[in-house]
Amino acid sequence: MAAYIARRLLWVGFLLFVISVITFVIFSVLPSGDPAVARAGRSPSPELVEVIRTQLGLDKSKPEQFIHYLGDLLPFVGGNGIYFGFSYQNNTDVLPEILERLPATVFLATGAVVLWLAIGIPVGMLSAVKTGTWMDRLAMGIALLFISAPVYFLGLVALILFSEDVGRFPILPGNSAYGEATSFAGKVEALIMPWCVLAAAFAAIYARFLRGNLIDTLQEDYIRTARAKGLSERRVIFRHGVRAAITPIVTLLGLDIGILLGGAILTETVFNIPGIGRYAYNAINLSDLPVIQGTVLFGAFFIVMMSLIVDILYAFIDPRVRY
Amino acid sequence: MAAPLLEVENLQVHFETEDGLVKAVDGISYTVDRGQTLGIVGESGSGKSVSSLTVMGLTRARNARISGTVRFDGKDLLGASEEDMRQVRGNDIAMIFQDPLSSLHPFYKVGAQIAEGVRAHKDVSKAQAWDRAVEMLSLVGIPEPRKRADAYPHEFSGGMRQRAMIAMALANDPKLLIADEPTTALDVTVQAQILELIERLQSEFDTAVVVITHDLGVVAEMADEIAVMYAGRIVEKAPTDTIFAAPEHPYTWGLLSSIPRLDAPRDEELVPIQGRPPSLINLPGGCSFHPRCPYVREAHKKVDPKLEPVPGAPGHQVACLLEANVRRKLWSELRTGVKPDAARSDVMEEEVPSS
Repeated sequence: MAAYIARRLLWVGFLLFVISVITFVIFSVLPSGDPAVARAGRSPSPELVEVIRTQLGLDKSKPEQFIHYLGDLLPFVGGNGIYFGFSYQNNTDVLPEILERLPATVFLATGAVVLWLAIGIPVGMLSAVKTGTWMDRLAMGIALLFISAPVYFLGLVALILFSEDVGRFPILPGNSAYGEATSFAGKVEALIMPWCVLAAAFAAIYARFLRGNLIDTLQEDYIRTARAKGLSERRVIFRHGVRAAITPIVTLLGLDIGILLGGAILTETVFNIPGIGRYAYNAINLSDLPVIQGTVLFGAFFIVMMSLIVDILYAFIDPRVRY
Repeated sequence: MAAPLLEVENLQVHFETEDGLVKAVDGISYTVDRGQTLGIVGESGSGKSVSSLTVMGLTRARNARISGTVRFDGKDLLGASEEDMRQVRGNDIAMIFQDPLSSLHPFYKVGAQIAEGVRAHKDVSKAQAWDRAVEMLSLVGIPEPRKRADAYPHEFSGGMRQRAMIAMALANDPKLLIADEPTTALDVTVQAQILELIERLQSEFDTAVVVITHDLGVVAEMADEIAVMYAGRIVEKAPTDTIFAAPEHPYTWGLLSSIPRLDAPRDEELVPIQGRPPSLINLPGGCSFHPRCPYVREAHKKVDPKLEPVPGAPGHQVACLLEANVRRKLWSELRTGVKPDAARSDVMEEEVPSS
């Protein structure tokens, strides 16, 4: 087990390196906005742009820039710990900015995860057990609707319907409320709408996924054995069916949590929540390369770590898995 | 004589599908006495598994139409409530299946799975149920049962898994054990051990057994009576010795000639049954075996044979339209190694084709 984890951690390092190469190529090598121009403000003189370019190190060759970036990133090289660089736009270090935004993102993600599990799992189970009934059809129809509706659309619809300022039924705090809220209760209230919007599609996906899995599982021979033993139908479905059908959900959940911790870009942008996602969104708009690289790397870190955690968890969930 | 333990009468299991009505089991009747062993033999799709699952109340498809009667120990099982059936399953009637790996839950320890079945029917503590599980594992010949009870199914070998399944099935001392192809998924060397084990436990527990198989060899040793199923019906039923010594149905002949025999001359070829089992939606008219029967006559394609007693052979029933004396002559030729076509031309007069 320990050897396995060590091997996987090496792999994590390699993956992160590959990801940093890819982001560097996409945002720095391929033609995009010129960060120096963006930094220089409105109608800058060419001299000013040149000065800024030198300041930011953009005049160096691309490989040089990348090696420099990598050196900053690695904790034991260059003597500056893990250094994500500093933002071109506001001259602040990237990593502290990200960490400062992490709580909002974590809060948003956690609430949404709890919500979609609480909805998706019971709905999926019920649909599987009552396959073909009107209840199943209704639930799966609604699920399809939520899966098809993009978050930014669903978010705007929610705002138009329920937000205090522009809503038809002004019952919930609207856009930007999270940043303005001062108390914990206020923050919770501000997140009700984002939680629901973010959880909707996930709950729908999880319900459909679990339904499909459970329907397949209930056809298994060991379910027939459980019935042949004379167990109650409840026990057959929960202890034997759901126990086996829910295992793949762990994989899905791990990766989804990883993705969301890297920032729920759309949700955070629509509801103007000061999290990592919105930070990344703004950086992309301004070609703020270090911030883009930082947020992408940060998000990628969560994803690869979560997938490692999922694989380790599997050894405990499924006795057939051994490392 | 006391009433039989299991009495199946005119059982029909039909499935309504988009392609038509599938007559999986089409009116079968049989009885099993206490402590007795019945072998049900037939090809895949002959309805042998469906009929026994129906006895257990495990034919759960919504499109299933079940009729007839199933009486167990005087109780009507087809009309019983779901809760009554639950109490019968695993307690009075237990079942083991073909593939012991897929039939055991991969996530639970073997001991726990056996103990769970005990606790479903008896008000005992977890520790007592566990002890019972260990006791059963030891009874079915699993070494170090206390240690093995703590292992998962994938840590068992195929034969051990089937032993564990048997331990689970017999844990509540059932009156009837249904074994659905109990040895099909196992190595040949293990098959005999499993059959011996079932026989030994059967006499120890005085359990009646229904063995379902496609292999006459499996039931040759252990069954008291054999029912041969074809296309949802029983086409021949007789005491085991009679089935092997004086079979009456051409399908049974076919099954017997397709088994390799150690006492036959080494160069003797096996004679396969021609053709394939019929579709259960569009059964051939008349005798459903007629498209594959080497001895078919025009009339057999129109008349549906009934299962009738064989004259002079108590307990022997057959559903065949050939005359009894023709059947006997055919079998006496076949058993000496004559090929079906030759036997036909020797014994049967050719029909004059009706212009």
